[in-house]
Amino acid sequence: MDFDLTEEQSILKDSLDRLLADRYSFEARRGYMASAEGWSAEMWSRYAEMGLMALPFAEADGGIGGGPVETMIVMESLGRVLALEPYFPTVVIGGGFLRLGAGDELRTTLVPQIMDGSLKLAFAHTERNSRYDLTHVETVARKDGHGYVLNGAKSVVLHGDSADRIFVTARTAGAARDKKGVTLFLIDPRASGIGLHGYRNQDGQRAAELTLDNVRVGPEAVVGEADNALPLVRRVADQGIAALAAESIGVMSAMHKLTVDYLKVRKQFGVPIGAFQVLQHKAVDMFVATEQARSMAMYATMMADAEDADERARAMHAAKAEIGRAGRLVGEMAIQLHGGVGMTMEYDIGHFFKRMTMIDITFGDSDHHLRALAEAGGLTDL
Amino acid sequence: MDLRFTDEEIAFRDEVRAFFRENLPEDIRRKMIDGEMVSRDDLVRWTRILNEKGWAVPHWPVEYGGTGWDPMRQYIFLEELQKFPAPSPLPFGVNMVGPVIYTFGNEEQKKRYLPRIANLDDWWCQGFSEPGAGSDLASLKTRAVRKGDHYIVNGQKTWTTLAQYADWIFCLVRTDPNAKKQEGISFLLIDMKTPGIEVRPIVTIDGGREINEVFFTDVKVPVENLVGQENKGWDYAKFLLGNERTNIARVGISKQRVARIRELAAKEMSGGRPLLDDPRFREKLASIEIDLKALAITQLRVVAADAKRGNSGKPDPASSVLKIKGSEIQQATTHLLMRVMGPYAMPYQSETDEGSNEPPVGPDYAAHAAPGYFNYRKVSIYGGSNEIQKNIIAKAVLGL
Repeated sequence: MDFDLTEEQSILKDSLDRLLADRYSFEARRGYMASAEGWSAEMWSRYAEMGLMALPFAEADGGIGGGPVETMIVMESLGRVLALEPYFPTVVIGGGFLRLGAGDELRTTLVPQIMDGSLKLAFAHTERNSRYDLTHVETVARKDGHGYVLNGAKSVVLHGDSADRIFVTARTAGAARDKKGVTLFLIDPRASGIGLHGYRNQDGQRAAELTLDNVRVGPEAVVGEADNALPLVRRVADQGIAALAAESIGVMSAMHKLTVDYLKVRKQFGVPIGAFQVLQHKAVDMFVATEQARSMAMYATMMADAEDADERARAMHAAKAEIGRAGRLVGEMAIQLHGGVGMTMEYDIGHFFKRMTMIDITFGDSDHHLRALAEAGGLTDL
Repeated sequence: MDLRFTDEEIAFRDEVRAFFRENLPEDIRRKMIDGEMVSRDDLVRWTRILNEKGWAVPHWPVEYGGTGWDPMRQYIFLEELQKFPAPSPLPFGVNMVGPVIYTFGNEEQKKRYLPRIANLDDWWCQGFSEPGAGSDLASLKTRAVRKGDHYIVNGQKTWTTLAQYADWIFCLVRTDPNAKKQEGISFLLIDMKTPGIEVRPIVTIDGGREINEVFFTDVKVPVENLVGQENKGWDYAKFLLGNERTNIARVGISKQRVARIRELAAKEMSGGRPLLDDPRFREKLASIEIDLKALAITQLRVVAADAKRGNSGKPDPASSVLKIKGSEIQQATTHLLMRVMGPYAMPYQSETDEGSNEPPVGPDYAAHAAPGYFNYRKVSIYGGSNEIQKNIIAKAVLGL
């Protein structure tokens, strides 16, 4: 049992934190968000220079050969400054599909482009009626000669509007919630028949609605096993959940620190409001929730690579449920303890609260995951 | 970062489990599973089995009978003990007064008391709280006045757990009434057979006879029973209360109870099917399991940090989470266990009522469920209430 980072991991964390402290003030972030892309192309190149994009890829593919712990370090740090760049869809999710599902040719073509910062990816899966059910895919891919024709619509595709390539799930067989019959495609968003409408989410991150109208793709667009993509999708989604749990820790620790700092300087009745016991106890509740969530984020990180899909899924359900409810408690309390100023767009705390709320919704909220864990028989490896 | 136990730690855990399996008397194990209170004799029997093996006081320094295990092994031992479930050694001796004696006591005291604590030859109880000194412990009033070779002690202690069995009591007493309240307190060891001591039971809401009031009227205590220096007792008390980090969350006990809930909810029926198949019940149980998993990892983080620091210096900030969250989870599990019993949680069936030979009602595992729930309201009150814990965290960790 060892909770420490290796020397290399500590260096990674320190240098990333230094870069972000220099370049990702709340003011700077406001500027990045207002730009046309909605994030900073310059930061993106800096991440690439630092090797953040190369972290999870195997050394044989030119990567650094890191694992879930490296991803945890990066995501926690990015969460602490509410970074807006498409690291999660490109490196964690897109990179996950390439690492775990793609053939050699595709991988050796695309991984170098991710690593040098020139390729951005997105994952289009959610549909109008799917909510958080990964098996619910209505988008259809009809066989057409050697290739396929795709029809359907995908919603809230994170960073879909800046992606150079998009992973899309579609049914090649079966009905909406069948476990078999889903295929994963990698498509070019400039292809004919694709509609892409970009917008900003509540937390300032970009997203898009994607429509597929007779989109023709060749057989090489299939990633992983045709008709049986769900195990891969689940596995990558689980790694995504672990990464989001780590990001949450960054967001929650930042909210807790900002709130405690505020309690020390804001004066009412002639004293800092942190002198009032009722507020102290709320700040402690935030602390307890953050530490418990941190433990679960570590657990998710350790389980992210587990081969046993059921065991891995139970761990992710537990972690996502815990960070969802802890994040809500910490976020709501942070706004409450800031009082009126916490309600303003101008002040930073509300932006953390909004990101935390959106993380809860991404890949299933705490109600969804608690129910899923209960149905799966609970956490039996206590 | 690696959250798995090492191969050596797993081998150690298996060794501990095997020892419990082969050596814990079956009648005691039965009582533990049913949530029944173990008797004085049960605990003495079990402690002597552990002591024979050299495991009665694992966390003590080796020279006083400790095992020399690192903090992770000490923790594994405790958690396995609780999960088995086997009775925990009497905390007042091995966790409280023992460490105070080997840290602050003189050689004579170490020789006289420590081996008898390890073997449970002496049953110790704790004389801290008073009717007017609960959360504000330093306002205690029990007086000790020096007269020649003795202190004369007058006053009253309360909430004294298992004082009815005790041979000895360690007390905080006021030796300087004129000093600031924390500075006039001393730490005295008092023989319970001394004339002038009277123990009166307090029956708790579950019907249990765990706690007592202890009255002192002109009790003569030899001065050699003073630990450390006169008027420095508050420092020793703070040391004692801060010494509990590896056990305070009682993760193993909650793990055992969760497993018990799962087992019994599969037997109990609701709407024509096992209660365990009820989605609402399953979610409640899963929710507790998530909390408990997080707490177990938080606990291990604290243990690992302790191991690295060599168990000295400032505790990891996460350690303050343990008491609050640990007590909340223990209370959530006792409540859910009671719910499992349905209407059979209702009959009052006390095995402590002398001479009671009423026929049992309902399944044999149901009798202690509601009393267990009532009794466990104590865990967020004792050892510094959760509200006091929050005051401490606000000040020490958050700097408020």
